[in-house]
Amino acid sequence: MTMDFSVLLFVPVFSITAILLGLFFRGIDRKLGAKMQARIGPPIIQPFIDLKKLLMKENIVPENAIKWVFNSMPLIALSASILVLLYVPFLGFPPLLSGYGDLILVLYLLMIPALALAVGGFSSGSTYASVGAQRELVLMMSYEFAFSIVIVTIAWLVTKTAPVINAFSLVSISVVPVWGLVGVMGFIGLLLLLLALMLVMPAELGRLPADIAEAKTEIADGVFVEYSGRNLALLYLALDVRTIAFSSLVVALFFPFAFTEFVPLQGIVAVIANALFFLVKVFIVMFFGSIFVHVAVARFRVDQAARAYWGPVLLIALIGMALVMWGTVLG
Amino acid sequence: MGINTLNRSLWVFHVNTGSCNGCDIEIVAALTPRYDVERFGIKLVGTPRHADVLLVTGAVTRQMKDKLLRVYEQTPDPKVVMVIGNCGATGGVFYESYNLVGPVDRLIPVDVFVPGCPPRPEAIIEGVVKAWKKLEELEAAGKRKKKRAKEAKE
Ligand code: SF4
Repeated sequence: MTMDFSVLLFVPVFSITAILLGLFFRGIDRKLGAKMQARIGPPIIQPFIDLKKLLMKENIVPENAIKWVFNSMPLIALSASILVLLYVPFLGFPPLLSGYGDLILVLYLLMIPALALAVGGFSSGSTYASVGAQRELVLMMSYEFAFSIVIVTIAWLVTKTAPVINAFSLVSISVVPVWGLVGVMGFIGLLLLLLALMLVMPAELGRLPADIAEAKTEIADGVFVEYSGRNLALLYLALDVRTIAFSSLVVALFFPFAFTEFVPLQGIVAVIANALFFLVKVFIVMFFGSIFVHVAVARFRVDQAARAYWGPVLLIALIGMALVMWGTVLG
Repeated sequence: MGINTLNRSLWVFHVNTGSCNGCDIEIVAALTPRYDVERFGIKLVGTPRHADVLLVTGAVTRQMKDKLLRVYEQTPDPKVVMVIGNCGATGGVFYESYNLVGPVDRLIPVDVFVPGCPPRPEAIIEGVVKAWKKLEELEAAGKRKKKRAKEAKE
């Protein structure tokens, strides 16, 4: 397969859009969170101000850190987060790099920012960061199984019922909305899978109740503890973009509907309407998966998080999978 | 100049160098939804590495001296040090105690003093706003210095 070079032109545009959107959504997140706590809250552009300030600050590398690892991990986290977005349908367009990778790749790419955080934490030579990094890894091992079950079940469903060539390709999944492929039983199963995915979301994004790897009040920001200035800015950007990427993935898997399917529009209006509709969907997913949750709950302990993700969440995912299979095979 | 035109992002780190905890509680009160400092972009952070402002409470005891110096070194530039409470400013009720090496400005440069025993949250917030202005001046001075150095080179 030869690389289409027009794709390369789009990548920078896309990355910048992703970063801007990430910051914007973080602003909305903070504002809404404040509103829900009956506060006025920071202005929506606050993350931009913070970013500007962080870029202006001194960038300290601790003496006993492994320098090149410490400095490269924020970059790796950010680029992996952006890379996910290039493989997921975004703003109503098909994935930019479709044909070069599929859902399995996205699964692995989503893991990289968390791993980079952990490695960066270990390399910084701080005890707090090491504790944070260990927690990050434990958490990852807990939610990854439930997460893969959701993905694999959907891919299986698509292969089984829709005549598409590559079931793991996100394009084919977003062309055939999964809800149309199942009966009542499968529908309930899919709802459960969606629930499991939404429960995995805070852990995947490192937000409350599963922000145990940073846990400001216990281990002083954990994996971030030694990062300052530019490196810290990159890490925060990576988290913001990852939030967008994960929400886009949820949208692509469960809500791939385009606005033009409901209202027939033509030309540029259709493109804009689709993009806005996509953003609304991403926002709704973020709202229920992260914003709403993190103002309402307290933090898990590590063992509680592990138990929750290996227990109830996994169970929900498994029951969902069983129902979908039952409905498809028997129904 | 109104608050709106200022660079609104200050992350504060709180260092207790042996205070009676009165000032610390007032700092916490300033962070509650009632005063809601997040609307000015002020945020409490868990590590000096992320901080722009050090909030120092207490008249530094001998045991805390090294730690204070270390935290000061760990904070990336540009930074501002604020002393909250009379203790840190003068020694306060612990004045001339045998175990003090403070007050704070004997050890590290202090930019803003917030007097009071303990000061009210409003006073602390006002102090942070003062610190804010100072940071901006530092920034402008840095730019001026750079410009002058550039001109000298040419
Ligand atoms: S200034 Fe007063 S309230 Fe504050 S630490 Fe000293 S004694 Fe306590």
